[in-house]
Parts: sequence; structure tokens; C-alpha cells
Amino acid sequence: MTFELLCFYFFGTVAVVAALSVISVKNSVVAALCLVLTFFSMACVWLLAQAEFLGVALALVYVGAVMVLFLFVVMMLDVDFAPLREGFVRFLPVGVLVAVVMLVEMLMMIGVRTLQTPPSEDPAMLAGMSNLEWLGYTLFRDFILPFEIAALILTVGLIAAVTLNERKRSHTKLQNPSRQVMVKREDRVRLVKMAAEKKGEAAP
Amino acid sequence: MITLAHFLTLAAVLLCIAVAGFFINRKNVIVLLMCIELLLLAVNTNFIAFSRYLGDPSGQVFVFFILTVAAAEAAIGLAILVVLFRNRATIDVTDIDKLKG
Repeated sequence: MTFELLCFYFFGTVAVVAALSVISVKNSVVAALCLVLTFFSMACVWLLAQAEFLGVALALVYVGAVMVLFLFVVMMLDVDFAPLREGFVRFLPVGVLVAVVMLVEMLMMIGVRTLQTPPSEDPAMLAGMSNLEWLGYTLFRDFILPFEIAALILTVGLIAAVTLNERKRSHTKLQNPSRQVMVKREDRVRLVKMAAEKKGEAAP
Repeated sequence: MITLAHFLTLAAVLLCIAVAGFFINRKNVIVLLMCIELLLLAVNTNFIAFSRYLGDPSGQVFVFFILTVAAAEAAIGLAILVVLFRNRATIDVTDIDKLKG
């Protein structure tokens, strides 16, 4: 057993145990923190597969941003979690049964033959590049249009999230640009005719 | 040495845990969203393992896109959840049946 394999088993066990506690703990805050642990261990597993960039991106984007968002929402919503767990025991056998059957089917599909597949050399190293260069060349040469669409999706997601949570406020003053440009001189200026004043006449 | 089957098995175990989570937490929307994230993580691990063992960078590029879409999905899903909680004061899935005919 090599050191790499030992690391793989360690990180894999931590990820599986943390994932099990995500779906079984009572408190949603604890569940979110366990999900953070799962993501972090899986980032380490990805590093073992020589996917350095994606491993770091998972740790930064998921642990750093998405999970913090989750934690914010869980802590912000004042939810009573007790009634949400009513069906827990009732559906536990069904859930476990479906999961175990699925797992057995998938393991049969993976099969024994792939166990003997000798790990090849790191393809990025074979090409004489680092993982980042290898990924970057492919991303910006073959996948440039999907890359830009992904940027668009993120922008749309940002706008959608802000718009969904926007509340109408009653006592704020807002500008209305279309009414501002439609304003005419007559609306604002009023000319008043009056007799000119004469010199020496006392003011009333 | 770590073989392809090691990665695939780990991903399969994670995926099944996520599916079991859908069944046993069918009321709590927050945990359901977390289960979706777990499921996507398992799929991403498969992509990375195959990319590594077939020597094809497209798999890793695909993981990149899945991460992007999953981040947008989580942001919008949580925004919907906050609006839902503000309007109905509950996040119980069984209470959300306004569209039922």
C-alpha cells in the first residue's frame, strides 16, 4: 500500500462519514458544516487525481462562497426544524433500500476489471505542461464559447438572486428617468404679467 | 496505486448517500439543496477520474462548467427559499402546494 493510496482511503472515509452526517443530523447548521468537510476532503481526493486547479477551485468556490451562502441562509431563517423531521423514520427504510440497491448496481457496473487498470502517467506531465496550462489550453481553444456562456449564466444568476429578494420600500424617494426626460418648460416655469413699478412711489 | 475503480466507487457511494438523503429528508428544502450539491460533487469526481485515466482534458473542463452552473443554481435556489420563507413562514415541502389544482 503506497502513501497515495493511504491518503485516498483517509480522505474518502472522511468524505463519506461527513456526507452521511449531512443527511442524518438534526441541526441544519451542523449539516452545512459537515457538507463543508465533505467538499474539503473531496478537494483533497481531486488533488490526488492530479486535478490541482479544480481541487483548489472547489475549496475556494464551494467552501469559500457557496457554503458560506448556505450557512448565512440557514442562520438567517428562523426555522423550527423539529416538524421538518417528522417523516424521517418512516422513510428511512425506503431511502436506505433504494440507496443500497443503486450502490450494488453501480458497483457491479464498475466491475472488477477496472480494478486492474494500471494508472497511466499524468497526461498533463506527458504533454510537458502543468495541470493549469493543460486545462487552460483546452478551455480557451476548444471551449471558448461555452466559457463565455458560463459567464453570462453567472451574471443572470446574480441579477435573478438580487431581483427575487428586492422588496418595495414605502418611504424612499426614487427618480423616474422617463418622467424626468419628458418634462417640458411649461411644467416648470410660469411667467407672470405685472405692471412695472414707478420711481418715488412708496411701497404699500 | 489508486486505480480508476477507487474513484468510481467513492463517487458511487457519495451519489447513493445523496439519493438516500432525498428520501429521508423529504420535508426540509435546505437539506434537499445540500443533497443536490452532494450529487453534483459525485458526478464531478467521476468526470475527473475519467479525465485523468483517459488523458482527456475535456472532462476537467466539463467539471469547471458544472461548478459554474451549480454555483448559480445554489444562489438562485437560496434566493427562492428566502422569498418562500418570507411569504409562507415555512420551508416544509408538504406545505408548498399552492399550485395543486
